Amino acid sequence: MRGLLVLLAALFAAPLIAQQTMPPAPYAYRQLDDPAQEAAAMKLMHTLRCLKCQSQSIADSDAPMAGDMRHQVRSRIAAGEDPEAIRAWLIERYGDYVSYEPKVSATTWPLFVAPVALLLVAGLVLWRRLRLRKTT
Amino acid sequence: MRWWWIPLGLFALFVGLAGYQLSQPKDEFVHSAMIGKPLPSFALEPAFEGLPGASDADFRDGKPRLLNVWASWCLPCIAEAPHLEALRDQGVEIIGIAIRDRPEDVAGFLARHGNPYVRIGADDLSEVMLGIGSQGVPETFVIDGEGRITYQHMGDIRASDVPVLLEKLREAGA
Repeated sequence: MRGLLVLLAALFAAPLIAQQTMPPAPYAYRQLDDPAQEAAAMKLMHTLRCLKCQSQSIADSDAPMAGDMRHQVRSRIAAGEDPEAIRAWLIERYGDYVSYEPKVSATTWPLFVAPVALLLVAGLVLWRRLRLRKTT
Repeated sequence: MRWWWIPLGLFALFVGLAGYQLSQPKDEFVHSAMIGKPLPSFALEPAFEGLPGASDADFRDGKPRLLNVWASWCLPCIAEAPHLEALRDQGVEIIGIAIRDRPEDVAGFLARHGNPYVRIGADDLSEVMLGIGSQGVPETFVIDGEGRITYQHMGDIRASDVPVLLEKLREAGA
């Protein structure tokens, strides 16, 4: 019975959040006055994951949490913080998953090595073929 | 063995891997990376007139507590309300952080579903929520007597989670 209730509650949770009457955070939808700062904020926001709607960036999402994250990014950039420092601040809290820009680490190095290795193999195969064709 | 077995084998490997991943249940939880780290400093205004606000200093007097991230507009929070009260009845101090909420809504929720809190801070910009690596409401953190985060419970607290939280509080020194 309780499980059913929770399920029912979950069904109504999303529309309710959409109906929240609280105004969004000041910088959720407002751009920074300085165009250069706004551009830096935009660039960063496009590479941060919305944790409520996980295939979107916080720049693309209308979830209230994404708005609050945009407010964090914009107000920190307005205060002169470096975009990569803000990314690091979020990664410290949510792990690498929050960033769409993978960094080389113990688990991600194959991502960077695999394409180079494939290119090398392809080049080698091509080179041998061309050489064979020339000699015959 | 012919050479073309290699790319075919690789292809089959990729298909197998993708198929396996697709058949796995999706885990939407992003766990906080702040376990074992101290609470960030914060000082929140009271969420309504009935209780004081909350700051990180409230967690640093030697007694482990629960930090409950919730909101009056959050339906799973209604489901967990009786279990928070059960925890309070066992002597657990619960400090609430109300996300993007209005004082009248907070008061209404507590009047209807009970009030297990000793303090509730109003987090209108989700600053504390982001600061502790919380993904949203409802979530409950165990904080030890020095203000360090030792455990995170994601989603609403069910009856079966109450003993787990009590055990985690004991581990934190309660």
